[in-house]
Amino acid sequence: MSRHTLSVLVENKPGVLARVAALFSRRGFNIDSLAVGPTEHSDISRMTIVVNVEELPLEQVTKQLNKLVNVIKIVELDNDQSVQRELMLIKVRTDSESRSHVLELVNLFRARCVDVAPDAVTIEVTGTTDKLGAFVRVLEPYGIKELVQSGMVAIGRGARSITDRSLRAIERSA
Amino acid sequence: MTEQMTGAQALVRALEQVGVDTVFGIPGGAILPAYDPLYDSTKVRHVLVRHEQGAGHAAEGYAQATGRVGVCMATSGPGATNLVTPIADAYMDSVPMVAITGQVSSPLIGTDAFQEADISGITMPITKHNFLVTDADDIPRTIAEAFHIASTGRPGPVLVDIAKDALQAMTTFSWPPVMQLPGYRPVTRPHSKQIREAARLMTDAHRPVLYVGGGVHKAGASAELRELAELTGIPVVTTLMARGTFPDSHPQHMGMPGMHGSVSAVGALQRSDLLIALGTRFDDRVTGQLASFAPHAKVIHADIDPAEISKNRHADVPIVGDCREVIGDLIKAVRNEINEGRKGDYADWWKILNGYKQTYPLGYEEFADGSLAPQYVMERLSDIVGPDAFYVAGVGQHQMWAAQFIGYERPGTFINSGGAGTMGFAVPAAMGAKMGRPDATVWAIDGDGCFQMTNQELATCAIEGVPIKVAVINNGNLGMVRQWQTLFYDERYSNTDLQRTRRIPDFVKLADAYGCVGLRCERPGDVDATIRKAMEINDVPVVVDFVVHQDAMVWPMVAAGTSNDDIKYARDMAPKWENEE
Repeated sequence: MSRHTLSVLVENKPGVLARVAALFSRRGFNIDSLAVGPTEHSDISRMTIVVNVEELPLEQVTKQLNKLVNVIKIVELDNDQSVQRELMLIKVRTDSESRSHVLELVNLFRARCVDVAPDAVTIEVTGTTDKLGAFVRVLEPYGIKELVQSGMVAIGRGARSITDRSLRAIERSA
Repeated sequence: MTEQMTGAQALVRALEQVGVDTVFGIPGGAILPAYDPLYDSTKVRHVLVRHEQGAGHAAEGYAQATGRVGVCMATSGPGATNLVTPIADAYMDSVPMVAITGQVSSPLIGTDAFQEADISGITMPITKHNFLVTDADDIPRTIAEAFHIASTGRPGPVLVDIAKDALQAMTTFSWPPVMQLPGYRPVTRPHSKQIREAARLMTDAHRPVLYVGGGVHKAGASAELRELAELTGIPVVTTLMARGTFPDSHPQHMGMPGMHGSVSAVGALQRSDLLIALGTRFDDRVTGQLASFAPHAKVIHADIDPAEISKNRHADVPIVGDCREVIGDLIKAVRNEINEGRKGDYADWWKILNGYKQTYPLGYEEFADGSLAPQYVMERLSDIVGPDAFYVAGVGQHQMWAAQFIGYERPGTFINSGGAGTMGFAVPAAMGAKMGRPDATVWAIDGDGCFQMTNQELATCAIEGVPIKVAVINNGNLGMVRQWQTLFYDERYSNTDLQRTRRIPDFVKLADAYGCVGLRCERPGDVDATIRKAMEINDVPVVVDFVVHQDAMVWPMVAAGTSNDDIKYARDMAPKWENEE
């Protein structure tokens, strides 16, 4: 099995997320991570879906996704040719003694402290899956009280945009 | 043209504009606003059925007999959920259908209101697409989009759920609306490189088979298929969904493949070195155990739905496109090969195939007690009624006998529930077929189990003047299930006996009660006269109760999950393959 990152441009309409989620569930595909949000065009939303499948099932995933009428375009983003980020918020137990150690780690990982309480700090960190995993591991000894993480978002490197041609398609039909 | 009207009026006007002439349905609270303008329409005939499932199957039958989009209509909640089975059926068999349902008023959606069901959520996995409309202004465009999606690309069912307040609100109607489907672009033109590669493989193959599915008839390509077959001399198998797409009487026709296919068709696929799969999807009922299906064959797979290609079986040459264009291009490419002096030689292959045909023709057992064999009924229907009629089957043994023992010569003349296997399909689908093709003879071929699921539509047929004919193949049992119990469950007949001896119900009396003519036939000697009598009655529907022997079984058979190589042409009788070399 290997991880693949799919960027899926969809019409910004009610129920599209349900269609995509239902498709994955019905066809027995596993989603590792899913993030949905607006794009530079108000009619289009973008989903970044990370799936863990072999090559052949991946072909089925993309073909079946493409059959959804609200799906406009699917691009697989190569790990080397794209920037991939996740956002994590972590609440770590600290006291006056450990706080400075934790803040040192925050600096090392280029994270940010977003809230401080007498017995805890809340940290915001962005990065790749690997970086966030490493950060969690170094914080674990201090005691992680709470952790929340976004799905991965990703964008291709270079000047080209995957939305260009799709935008034209939307304008044509509008 | 621009006009002020209600959403309901806009709905009816839009249906008229897309060319709808028949709608099958039942009114109810949420859809009621639509039924008021429908009452006035001179272009759209609404057929009041007795159960929404009947409306859905009737729309399917109409669609399959005419090639146009079938339309059914129901109210919210239970009305809509009663359409779920025919929608799923249409999805599995790629039948173009639009289902229109009323929904509770938009402020009530999500409040568990009376007769509220999330039908767009429920049908998400069984529709090609669906819509929930809460704004009257969206109705015309949505109807146009629904019909476009249902009828183009790989056809399928589309559901349009319309909130009651959208039907009641005022809107400005204009036609044609501008469709907004940026993500819907079916590919119909095949890639020329793939076509050339396919033609080359066909020339080089020694044992090719044209494996033809329902997509060929849906593309209107049966004439092209025949041309390609005769040009190349390649044998043809027609799946359950493709019966009639290639004439049964044609010497190159090897029969139907699959679980109850002929030995010649199954044997041809298993020993093939090249499958030219056209508009077919390598369904498990055709392939048997997938790993041992056609083990030596390369695969050319053409389908309009890219997701079908390499889904179950790897395609060496994938071709995405409409079968009519694909086959047309293949003919040209093969001609080019021939002009360059390259033509396939399949003489040795035909020796083997003709051996299969001669040694293992379809056959059946007759009963010593003089009772009726169901296969004999099919043979006589085929001879007396002929190949111009439509035959509409339910699901089970009678469906397989109808597929095996009726000779189909014209595309689309066998209509049945293939993928979903929906018992109760026959009577309402036959009604829909007859309404779409009123000049044609339409025979429903049903089992006594199936018939009791949807025979209430005989009332619709009698009242609306739809003189279908129904052959009930009455073996007093859920016959196909009983067959499996015979073969795989030690003849323990758990809950398959419908207690025929008590004649509950008496199908002849039932027919009479529904305003139809009821006939009964129990002896082989009476079959011809009974069929002829049924053929003479054209003013009301006819139901013939063919009382057949309960032990008749469907052969050949490939047991579920086993290899096609283990096909039996009768109980414990396996064909010998070794005489092929």
